[in-house]
Amino acid sequence: MTEKPFTTGTRLLPLIVLFAAIAVWWALWQLRVFPESVFPSPLAVAKGIGEEIRTGRLGNDLVASLFRVTTGFMLAVLLGVPVGLWLGNHVRSRLALLPAINFFRSLSPLAWIPFAILWFGIGDLPAIFLIFMACFFPIVVATLAAVASIPSVYFRVARDYRFSGLELLTKVTLPAIAPQVITSLRVTAGLAWLVVVAAEMIAGRDGLGFAIWDARNGLRMDLLVAGMIVIGVIGMVIDRLLMRLTKIRSVSWGYEG
Amino acid sequence: MKAKPLLIKEASVSFGSVEVFRNLSLEISQGEFVAVVGPSGCGKTTLLNLFSGFLKPSLGSVVCSGRVRMVYQHDGLLPWQTAAQNIALGLRDLSSEAERKRQLNEMLRLINLEEFAGHYPHQLSGGMRQRVELARALAGDTDILLLDEPFSSLDYLTGLRLRRELARMLEELPRTVVLVTHDIEEAAQLADRILVLSDRPARICRELRMSLPRPRELTHPQVVETVHAVLAEFGLEQDKVGV
Ligand SMILES: Nc1ncnc2c1ncn2[C@@H]1O[C@H](COP(=O)(O)OP(=O)(O)OP(=O)(O)O)[C@@H](O)[C@H]1O
Ligand SMILES: [Mg+2]
Repeated sequence: MTEKPFTTGTRLLPLIVLFAAIAVWWALWQLRVFPESVFPSPLAVAKGIGEEIRTGRLGNDLVASLFRVTTGFMLAVLLGVPVGLWLGNHVRSRLALLPAINFFRSLSPLAWIPFAILWFGIGDLPAIFLIFMACFFPIVVATLAAVASIPSVYFRVARDYRFSGLELLTKVTLPAIAPQVITSLRVTAGLAWLVVVAAEMIAGRDGLGFAIWDARNGLRMDLLVAGMIVIGVIGMVIDRLLMRLTKIRSVSWGYEG
Repeated sequence: MKAKPLLIKEASVSFGSVEVFRNLSLEISQGEFVAVVGPSGCGKTTLLNLFSGFLKPSLGSVVCSGRVRMVYQHDGLLPWQTAAQNIALGLRDLSSEAERKRQLNEMLRLINLEEFAGHYPHQLSGGMRQRVELARALAGDTDILLLDEPFSSLDYLTGLRLRRELARMLEELPRTVVLVTHDIEEAAQLADRILVLSDRPARICRELRMSLPRPRELTHPQVVETVHAVLAEFGLEQDKVGV
């Protein structure tokens, strides 16, 4: 895991790419490759972001979306990890339930949108439900796979050193599965962020997904792109935050080699 | 007569069609140091697994009375704990915090890894990991030590030094030890009794007793003679057969 220390020049590379992309965008706009009504200029989008911040709408939408993602995702983690632990330790239940879990995992969460609206109406609940459906099954599968693959020697060591039943869970099982579970949290949090946008476009009256849908309906292409940019940036920030978990000293062993 | 904390009576073990032991019997006395040598795959690890209770024989019985710790042939350190935390597992039973700390530091000094106390196993070399694992097993209180090639990935000199340390520590804290090893010199230098196992199904094809007190010099005549005798048993010293 030792990479050469980056020079400042190397660190600036992504910024250079960013400016190049904006330049291309600006050139396309100048050349009128697309009609102006459906292709906003970088400047208009920047102004759009400023306007959304000033009116407070961006803040509201951001909070609404983040609330739904956090709630749905947390529910999926709090239920999915224990279910995965249980299935990982009980072969018969695993045999019985795994096909069903794989079925739901393979079913696009967006397929639930009609039922989400019929059952929960419009607002926070349908979005939270969809995020939960998107995250719960992958987390269960990742956890049970991690539990099933813990080398038995760790449990033999635990017996040699007389761990209690509770210590087996907190000092062997949980730390042993942590690296794999954290990886699956990163993947599913990304999934949750994808799903919330779709959910809000159809079943929301606020949130970033609703904001871009609303901008499209109002033919405000500048606000549409502004919303897209915010969605992408927040997705990156969420992944960055979760990546920090992989740097915890007692889990970093799981990411070597 | 001395107590026999480890006893195997006419035990048979098979894995599918692989017959590892047939009617094996073995007694190990309190405080005895027994080394087990034999060809690869003959059942040495299986023997330790019988003693630790991890494996049950299909026939016969195994008795193991006392607290057992094993040093595993393949990475038995908990990778989410530092070297120091792993060793501290061995000291869990001590009630005094200060005493735990003192013994932990002593162990780290003994295996020469004081600077690496805070390192995780994946940050240590193979030999360093073996030293930590050995320290963990030796730390604190236990009755029986089952050692599965604990010195195999150490360099020659560190291996020698650790053998000496093990001998010294057993002097202070006598324990019943079963040491599985490929290294005949190591067996001759440490053990009260050397068991030579045959190919599968494994029998004890030779038993050698050593009366010399530990620590023993590698070049002591009795050690050298024992090494010759074991080599002869493996057919590697034709001219010495029958020593
Ligand atoms: N869990 C298992 N399942 C099936 N076969 C096994 C199992 N454990 C051991 N064996 C078989 O039993 C035999 C003895 O294995 P064991 O690990 O005891 O050998 P060993 O003497 O320790 O060898 P080495 O010196 O290479 O460590 C081998 O032939 C092995 O294939
Ligand atoms: Mg072995």
